[in-house]
Amino acid sequence: MSSTGTEPILQVQDLVKHFPVQLGVVFKRTVGHVRAVDGVSFDLRRGETLGVVGESGCGKSTLAQVLMRLEPPTAGAVRFHGEDIFGKRGKDLKALRRQIQIVLQDPYTSLNPRMTVGDIVGEPFEIHTEVAPKGERRRKVQELLDVVGLNPEHINRYPHQFSGGQRQRIGIARALALRPEVIICDEPVSALDVSIQAQVMNLLGDLQTEFGLSYIFIAHDLSVVRHLSDRVAVMYLGKIVELGTEDEIYNRAAHPYTQALLSAVPVPDPSVRAGRQRIRLTGDVPSPVNPPSGCRFRTRCWKATEICAEEEPALEVRQGGHHPSACHHAEEQHLLPG
Amino acid sequence: MTIPPPLDAPLLEVAGLHVEFRTRDGVAKVLNGVDYRVEAGETLAVLGESGSGKSVTANTIMGILESPPGVVTAGSVRYRGEELLTATPERRRDLRGENMAMIFQDALSALNPVFTVGFQIAEQLRTRRGMSRRDAGRRAVELLDQVGIPAARQRVRDHPHQFSGGMRQRVMIAMSLALDPDVLIADEPTTALDVTVQAQIMDLLAELKAERHMGLILITHDLGVVAEVADRIAVMYAGRIVEHADVHTLYSNPCHPYTHALLESIPRVDTKGTQLRAITGLPPNLTRIPPGCPFHPRCPMAVDVCREVVPALALLPGGRSSACLFADELVTR
Ligand SMILES: Nc1ncnc2c1ncn2[C@@H]1O[C@H](COP(=O)(O)OP(=O)(O)OP(=O)(O)O)[C@@H](O)[C@H]1O
Ligand SMILES: Nc1ncnc2c1ncn2[C@@H]1O[C@H](COP(=O)(O)OP(=O)(O)O)[C@@H](O)[C@H]1O
Ligand code: SF4
Ligand code: SF4
Ligand SMILES: [Mg+2]
Ligand SMILES: [Mg+2]
Repeated sequence: MSSTGTEPILQVQDLVKHFPVQLGVVFKRTVGHVRAVDGVSFDLRRGETLGVVGESGCGKSTLAQVLMRLEPPTAGAVRFHGEDIFGKRGKDLKALRRQIQIVLQDPYTSLNPRMTVGDIVGEPFEIHTEVAPKGERRRKVQELLDVVGLNPEHINRYPHQFSGGQRQRIGIARALALRPEVIICDEPVSALDVSIQAQVMNLLGDLQTEFGLSYIFIAHDLSVVRHLSDRVAVMYLGKIVELGTEDEIYNRAAHPYTQALLSAVPVPDPSVRAGRQRIRLTGDVPSPVNPPSGCRFRTRCWKATEICAEEEPALEVRQGGHHPSACHHAEEQHLLPG
Repeated sequence: MTIPPPLDAPLLEVAGLHVEFRTRDGVAKVLNGVDYRVEAGETLAVLGESGSGKSVTANTIMGILESPPGVVTAGSVRYRGEELLTATPERRRDLRGENMAMIFQDALSALNPVFTVGFQIAEQLRTRRGMSRRDAGRRAVELLDQVGIPAARQRVRDHPHQFSGGMRQRVMIAMSLALDPDVLIADEPTTALDVTVQAQIMDLLAELKAERHMGLILITHDLGVVAEVADRIAVMYAGRIVEHADVHTLYSNPCHPYTHALLESIPRVDTKGTQLRAITGLPPNLTRIPPGCPFHPRCPMAVDVCREVVPALALLPGGRSSACLFADELVTR
């Protein structure tokens, strides 16, 4: 969306998050692990939007939770401006929390119904008192409401008095309050009506330009992600299977899973429907507790061969390719009409 | 007995349907004159944002409108020419399943969690068709197989929660087809599913519709899905059909400002695009629908007369229709 620097602001390296699967009520035994995020690496550059796409359960929200330090990692490292985020405590942790904020999917449940909009948006100032002295808070909150396109006079209203799109704006205003460098958006428009999605997407784009924000933009909708992202990571069962610029992913996808996703996305133009190339996957996503050996996609992949069951393909630039993909038989292809 | 309906009557037709919900908060005028019809072998897409009245229309057709609070205040629903709104409850029950069936977004709550899926399918065949336990069981396996459930013979013994979301949707489709209906209403059947599974289910519905020559009413808010599968489209806004056309005409030349604005506001997977043209404002509160054209507060073309006159869904050249006072000016060709 905006001019993209090359300096990484956030570096994620081999990040792993496993959740124990427990049985029993009194004596809990761990019988396995949900491998929600299982070795994820990427950089986020200043001012860019990195889209993260993938189907339900592939680990997108877990990734967000770990980056926000809401969940401890199982392994791996994340550096913010070169400094390890998991080692931070006390004052340093508090400073870090100012810099990375999150906007969540559900504008109905992510806002406390008993707090006024002013309290919700101003809450971060209570914790980070240094950002806005008490006397200035109300004015700051009103400024924020104005920035996200809400009426500053509605500062004393409650969430239920707003529509879904307006509630999402409230969530965005709160995320902006501390002037963060990075905002993680976890499905920020998925719960909104079609005619309201565009309003919120445009707002996110405008705010990025205005405040030089970096976004990690998580969504399952490939059209929405394409619209906002500079680069895109495609996830499957806890791993990134392909990573590239918006153009590389949408026009030259090399991984069979990305190709299947693209060919399945409906295009709002009936004139292209007859000529479209369709790849139809069979079956469902396997359980993240027992992912398939070798390549995790092999149980649904039409290109799978013996090596796919034996050897896990690394995410790397493949022969004849230009961007990293995790497939032994990667091959760039143009799948979308036009 | 009633007079036999004309042979050339539409398969299913809704005309001038008005429904209100009378609640403590007031009267919500949820349907304000809905008109559409579907013929055998075709897919009619009903497109609209949440709250526009798509499901209430479908529920009224099926005779499962929650009432109270819902009240049909005017209009007609005819199946092969037979009026359903005045039919006896017994007649309506007979039609459900046998002649028209419906599938829902949330298969888990539409299926009974207590019984196996095989039992739920067979049960209908035994009570409604008088089949033996064994024949009904065999037919249940066949149906599950037809909708693409692998190892159907074993899976009939599973309960709904043992299936994935996409598989559950297939089970619900199998169940809705058990009594060979000729109208199938699919209310947001893939909204909760992943895109690769959504594509599988849409393919399945299209196949079954063609094989069985059913009339399919596909309810959705997704302009992409509609473009992929519909023959004709009815666009709903605030409880009315505001535009109706065949799919190619509608996308290439929308003749209602709402349809036009919707098409301009969505991101597309096949282009990067620039700033989206967002529609301003919000869908109307149905307890206080604005006077005149209900879209006027959000319409970039609105003029004074739009605040006074309620535009009717009027026929335009080419068999399409629009409920905009200036539709004539929007038609190209
Ligand atoms: N607290 C938890 N305990 C156990 N398992 C969990 C927990 N949180 C997530 N998981 C599991 O981890 C996997 C990844 O979940 P996650 O919520 O990250 O997926 P997602 O990609 O965000 O999916 P969606 O698109 O549905 O939001 C899933 O199998 C999920 O069930
Ligand atoms: N049982 C009910 N009681 C009161 N209002 C209802 C009920 N069911 C639906 N409505 C209202 O009717 C309107 C149309 O709903 P619906 O047909 O479900 O919309 P959609 O187009 O999203 O399917 C909405 O305003 C909804 O809140
Ligand atoms: S490594 Fe093999 S199974 Fe995995 S995506 Fe590539 S071809 Fe398919
Ligand atoms: S009648 Fe007027 S307000 Fe309504 S859609 Fe047409 S131009 Fe817009
Ligand atoms: Mg999630
Ligand atoms: Mg509905």
